[in-house]
Amino acid sequence: MSRSHQLRKLHGRTMEALCLLAALAAVAPLFAFLWHLVSMGAGALNPALFTQLPLPPGEVGGGLKNAILGTLLVVGTATVVGIPVGVGAAVYMTEFARPRMAATLRFACDVLSGVPSIVMGLLAFQVMVRPMHHFSALSGALALAFIMLPVVVITTQEMLHLVPHSLREAGHALGIPAWRIASSISMRAAAPGILTGAILSVSRIAGETAPMLFTAFGNPFLSLDPKAPIATLPHTIFTYAISPYDDWHRLAWGGALILVLGILGATLLSRFILWWHQRGLNA
Amino acid sequence: MDAPAIETPEMTPPSLVLQILPEGIRRWRSTGRGADRLFRLVTGMCAAAVAGLLLIVILFMVKGSLPAIRDHGLGFVLSPDWDPTNQKYGALTFLFGTAYTSLIGMAIALPLGVLTAVALVEILPRGLAKAISLAVELLAAIPSVLLGLWGIFELVPLVRSFEIAIYRSPLGFRKLPIFSGAPLGVGFLAAGLLLAIMALPFILSVSREVLLQVPTAQREAAYALGATRWQAIRKFILPYSWKGIFGAGLLGLARVLGETMAVTMVIGNTPQIKASLFASGYTLASVIANEFTEAPSDLAISALISLGLILLVLTVLLNAAARLMLIYLNRRMGTQGAK
Amino acid sequence: MLACQNLKIEFDRKSVIKDVSLEFPPQRITAIIGPSGCGKSTLLRAFNRMHDLTPGARVSGLVTLSGKDIYHKDEDPVLVRRRIGMVFQKANPFPTLSIFNNTIAGLRLSGLRNRALLKEAAEKALVDAALWDEVKDRLKSNPMSLSGGQQQRLCIARALAVDPEVLLMDEPCSALDPIATAKIEELMFRLRERLSVVIVTHNMQQAARASDRTAFLWMGELIEEGETEAIFTTPKKSMTEDYITGRFG
Repeated sequence: MSRSHQLRKLHGRTMEALCLLAALAAVAPLFAFLWHLVSMGAGALNPALFTQLPLPPGEVGGGLKNAILGTLLVVGTATVVGIPVGVGAAVYMTEFARPRMAATLRFACDVLSGVPSIVMGLLAFQVMVRPMHHFSALSGALALAFIMLPVVVITTQEMLHLVPHSLREAGHALGIPAWRIASSISMRAAAPGILTGAILSVSRIAGETAPMLFTAFGNPFLSLDPKAPIATLPHTIFTYAISPYDDWHRLAWGGALILVLGILGATLLSRFILWWHQRGLNA
Repeated sequence: MDAPAIETPEMTPPSLVLQILPEGIRRWRSTGRGADRLFRLVTGMCAAAVAGLLLIVILFMVKGSLPAIRDHGLGFVLSPDWDPTNQKYGALTFLFGTAYTSLIGMAIALPLGVLTAVALVEILPRGLAKAISLAVELLAAIPSVLLGLWGIFELVPLVRSFEIAIYRSPLGFRKLPIFSGAPLGVGFLAAGLLLAIMALPFILSVSREVLLQVPTAQREAAYALGATRWQAIRKFILPYSWKGIFGAGLLGLARVLGETMAVTMVIGNTPQIKASLFASGYTLASVIANEFTEAPSDLAISALISLGLILLVLTVLLNAAARLMLIYLNRRMGTQGAK
Repeated sequence: MLACQNLKIEFDRKSVIKDVSLEFPPQRITAIIGPSGCGKSTLLRAFNRMHDLTPGARVSGLVTLSGKDIYHKDEDPVLVRRRIGMVFQKANPFPTLSIFNNTIAGLRLSGLRNRALLKEAAEKALVDAALWDEVKDRLKSNPMSLSGGQQQRLCIARALAVDPEVLLMDEPCSALDPIATAKIEELMFRLRERLSVVIVTHNMQQAARASDRTAFLWMGELIEEGETEAIFTTPKKSMTEDYITGRFG
């Protein structure tokens, strides 16, 4: 008994050590990536990156001004469309829809959130680029809006579900109309959570590249015309990464650092808002 | 083809709101219930837009694929020839690339994710577990294109030195079919590793949730019977969770199938079917990404869209299956708890 | 014999059990009673080191089984738990195992593989738990198909299969109807012949009719303990009398 028990304990220890090793392996890529990013990107980070336009291939210098502004424009446009529609849909699903309808819509969102972004890009190409006969910032924004929509709905809905039902019942008992309850009680109570979801979904689309290939298309010059092709940061990073020029590689790493700082910053910010909010609820 | 573009649900609500708003306000004043109806209508239209998006994506992908399917028949899925200049289109090579890289990715990410989830839920102190969860969550937030960038400059050289070691190994590993070929660095292995990194956060978070759902009563029953911690995990907690973890695997797989950028950057983009981990390949998503804007004809575009349709069908089916399974499991667990 | 001396239990520095000393003689049923939140279950779970699993829990004082300190640093909690069985408030059979495999789960954990021995042990434990006749034709089926009372008796059989010296029962009948409760109480009387039973209950009638000794716990302190009859007829402390007559709690 004792000997076999010792063996079993040893086996258990070994397997637990394996689990810990797996946990270590799971975080290793993040740190390897961040380390490489900072060591490569820090050197590239300078004011020119933000203020100058790209130079022709082979020439040293230049910046990513067009791509940075382009990303802001495209992501901003997508957000203006995607967030209100997504939040509206989530409100309808939690506050008004019958359970079966809500479940069906939720299922559609779950499936949509799994559709590859490149397919959403193909969709935007077909509904916008083809009829308009040219690539455009607007079609890029549409593709990103398609991608973010289910994400916004899912996170918003989860936040609305956290609002206690008693709060809504209290509203009904006071004779407040349903739309007032939805807008002033549920949505207000869930506002920090909704904001968190919005930030997360924006940070998710900010790095999307595949759909940009055949919607926004890219543009070596500065353009802010929504109907014209436009450069975006992730797409430019891709183009530069696979190019043979060292200076373009440098710019790609610089752009990558900017993008990661934005995305990680947004992710941490959203977690902070949520933590702050929950702390308030518990107190 | 042109008309439906304008009627995309995403685009309609704002203009409709403007049409309805004055009417709504008038009705609200007269009946007091107009605002309620208006609010319901506007949010309802948003919800319809979401459902519409799913329909539209299916509709357009099918419609866009039709020319290619009409020209080549559904058999194009199983044809290995891809030669746009001679108007020959077959999906098999890319299906193989997608399947092979996804398989490599899942073979790494699934065990790693499940073991990590076990470490987080059952073994590590809460603070450390939280820190690791956060780190993995941040990993999930890193865009595919940046992992590809890292892949080109760090992972591929690493994979290459591994391949050279295998190539030079006196044990003759290079004679094995999966290790044959020149040590290039780029290829199925590098792509599979990046996919593993991308699938891991997803698999980890779902399996972590599944493990957390194991009732305390089950854990206590195991420990009270004299189980060691690993026995409790292996004999009771994991068996309780297998189905949920399977669902996590399906979701992870669906995720990985459509991954584009990182794979495109490290797979070598060579349309060939090779068993070797070290060989270059091509996936459905990367051929779309690479060839779409250079497509020589409408037929070529349609063929690429039909590759996208294959991706769509695969991911929708996998997602639907996994979600339905998780819903079913939750329901069953729910009734069990109530008993 | 199971006993504790000056037992103190804290959760995150908050004292839940304050200085309790008790003995649980063999072949006796001891009931621990007291109002909810008095620490009954906490006390019980100290006897098989279940608090080891709760971060922030601290147990001090002495818990002995046959004179040996079960919290001694050389004692393995896993082995302690094999000698002291436990049954929980809500029946918790393993839904992933058949009725048969539930019964012998503890034996399997200690490495027993012999089919014939396992079969014999399962039958014996199920007979002891008065469940054999009801399940002998469906040993392979899922335990979740049993009624609540049957599930609880399956959990008792599971605990008995490893032949423990003490059986700890944490409000085992609180989720059961009166008929199922009566069956379990009957079972306790039969088990008394071979081990000592410690039962936590908030049901005073149950303590009065189904125990030999009673300990009354209030706010983590032991107020009074003794033969059940004495506690219920001639309590020494007025607080005990107030509680059993329903004036508080």
